[in-house]
Amino acid sequence: MTADDGGRLSSLAKYVPGFLTASDDRPRWLDDLRLILLATAVVYLTFILLGLIGGLSINGITRELQAVTLLSASIALVVLALNLHWGYTGLFNIGIAGFMAVGAYTTAMVTASPDARIPGLGLSLWIGIPAGMIAAALVGFIVALPALRLRADYFAIVTLAAAEVIRRLYNSSSLDQFELFGIALGTGSGRGIRDFPNIRNTVSRHILYADPGGPSDPYPWGQLLFTIGEEFDLIAFVIERIVYTLFIIVLVILVFVLLTRTANSPFGRILKAIREDELATKSLGKNTNRVKIKAFMLGCAIMGLAGIVWQGSRGNVTPDLFMPIITFYIFIALIIGGSGSNAGGVVGAVLFAGLLFDGPPMVERAVNNLVDLPRTNTMNDALIGLANLDPEVFFGYVMVQMSSLRFMLFGIVLILLMIYRPDGVLGHRNEPAAAIDLRKQQAPDHEETNEVDETDE
Amino acid sequence: MKQMSDQLDLTVDGEGSTADGRNALLEIRNLRKRFGGIDAVDGIGFDIEPATITGLIGPNGAGKSTTFNLITGVYRPDGGTVRFAGEDVTGFRPNQLAKRGLVRTFQITRELNEMTVLENMLLAFKGQLGEQLYRSVLPVLRREVVEQEHELLASVWEILELFELDHLAHEEAGTLSGGQRKLLELSRALLTNPEMLLLDEPMAGVNPSLEQHLLERIHELHGEGYTFLLVEHDMNVIMEHCERVIVMHQGQILADGSPAEIQQNEAVIEAYLGGEV
Ligand SMILES: Nc1ncnc2c1ncn2[C@@H]1O[C@H](COP(=O)(O)OP(=O)(O)O)[C@@H](O)[C@H]1O
Ligand SMILES: [Mg+2]
Repeated sequence: MTADDGGRLSSLAKYVPGFLTASDDRPRWLDDLRLILLATAVVYLTFILLGLIGGLSINGITRELQAVTLLSASIALVVLALNLHWGYTGLFNIGIAGFMAVGAYTTAMVTASPDARIPGLGLSLWIGIPAGMIAAALVGFIVALPALRLRADYFAIVTLAAAEVIRRLYNSSSLDQFELFGIALGTGSGRGIRDFPNIRNTVSRHILYADPGGPSDPYPWGQLLFTIGEEFDLIAFVIERIVYTLFIIVLVILVFVLLTRTANSPFGRILKAIREDELATKSLGKNTNRVKIKAFMLGCAIMGLAGIVWQGSRGNVTPDLFMPIITFYIFIALIIGGSGSNAGGVVGAVLFAGLLFDGPPMVERAVNNLVDLPRTNTMNDALIGLANLDPEVFFGYVMVQMSSLRFMLFGIVLILLMIYRPDGVLGHRNEPAAAIDLRKQQAPDHEETNEVDETDE
Repeated sequence: MKQMSDQLDLTVDGEGSTADGRNALLEIRNLRKRFGGIDAVDGIGFDIEPATITGLIGPNGAGKSTTFNLITGVYRPDGGTVRFAGEDVTGFRPNQLAKRGLVRTFQITRELNEMTVLENMLLAFKGQLGEQLYRSVLPVLRREVVEQEHELLASVWEILELFELDHLAHEEAGTLSGGQRKLLELSRALLTNPEMLLLDEPMAGVNPSLEQHLLERIHELHGEGYTFLLVEHDMNVIMEHCERVIVMHQGQILADGSPAEIQQNEAVIEAYLGGEV
């Protein structure tokens, strides 16, 4: 065991004041929440500081905070699903983008108007969103059925291939428009599907307004938000975005609770046992194939949901929203947080979205507002500048290329993690899989000595 | 006290009768397995009667572990049949066999390293409510799961004390010593509530006092009606503790009888005991 106090005390929390550190008497979820809030606070403070340096207005800073929160929450949704697959069960799924695509496309096809250029079924989002999740789960089933018999590395290849097949099918001109049982449908090939409800607007306006179509006639809580917003010069559009972000946070909480219950249960115990040694698990009478398929489908459904409310939320879907790079992002986030822990996954999502993904452009803006760097456009010029002991030229290059240099940053962070914190930023968090907190269980005082035979259920 | 009713059932359907009219719990017929050019198991057959302790011995590479793997569904036999409690279970998967009460331990222990001793033990119970995903996640139903966890845990503590593993309850299984792992595997197998236990070298790496302890446990369980088939290298253990010994050599059965008979068997002495006696 590591020295971190039964795995609870995270190394991060060691350096913060008492009220934020973990304790053995507190319930697990409170510890988890504390860590997530801590990571969020780090990102928020960084953003506010960079925003102020960058000369942003309150409206601007709020929008940046809203954007990074939305991205964090969206990534967290997928990271949680991946943690179920990889962290708990050891299923190395590198086809995440494909399952997200199935969710988003299915919702689009179910809800798009039958009269649109790319016709859909014209049903409501209430049907469209569950349909997308179910479709993603079913595709997960189809992929898992043959692949689960394979060794872990072959399983990974199958999921990656499946994701690419899915994306290329949606991209294919032969599926641009087609008829299924006499119903006109289509995927819109490379141009994608455009004429289906914008989920962002639909959700936030349904929450805020009595007449969401208008949109007008806000509910009392909507009115309250708008009044508060006016105090800070926030326009209605920003309020709507904030409400949608809160909606995604609620989804993250629901998924978090669902998956934490899944992990901390006899079912989760089988998942963990499969990760450790599948044959030993089978030899104890567990039907590991059935359990693996269930867990895989559940994770795929959540990935589908993330595809719907993230990439698919702006009223259009195209195949290139679901490139394999998405899968890569999710893995980085989970590795940062430490796989095997839901709280770690969310922390990883927040740190990835905040510091690695959305952070660099904020730095760029802040630096540009502070100092006037030369706009160096090529690496050649930058290196010549560096050789001439003129770091300004080099930093100018870094600033101009910030958004593409991020990818180098990802690589550097991954390498540093592998060297210094191979178990993730939060360190090794191995949470016993049981419906009760096993760490607190002590051997009973044995007055009565029972026979083993009475362990029969 | 546990398998009496099962034995009666067997008499009724008449299946599984051995030559001398008693009922076999496990029946092996003409079992074969080839690996490349080697006949690892070459047409063996034997019956194991309920509530007995049988030793399976033979030099390294004789095919003992492969026999276990064939019986418990880790490998598919190339030929032959396995019947357990009157049912043809040839080619069944390990989980199907474990469900029916045929449970094994491994020569090289397969404890679940990153799981604590408590988790390892809790995993073993059959038919836990919370193994159904919906019961584990739905608000009201989960309460029953939590209740059952407390009950199971009580049984776990009992058996941990019995095997003197209770002080290790919160340790990850990967940190245990070789002997402790053997104990963990055996006690975990017991919690599945088996009819019959196949133990592959259960004493290997276990220190002498623990070994004595383990043997006592096996005898107690034997008294309670459990059936054992064990592979063991230590001749003294086999001769003193088994009622019957089956000797394998080059994938075949060389001899099968009481320890006294085996000790006098010419072929066995030549092939196996020769060097030692
Ligand atoms: N998975 C396998 N692949 C190839 N050969 C094997 C395998 N398992 C066992 N064998 C071979 O089968 C023979 C019997 O091995 P085993 O059953 O392990 O013997 P024992 O347990 O009696 O020492 C040996 O020659 C061994 O090398
Ligand atoms: Mg062996």
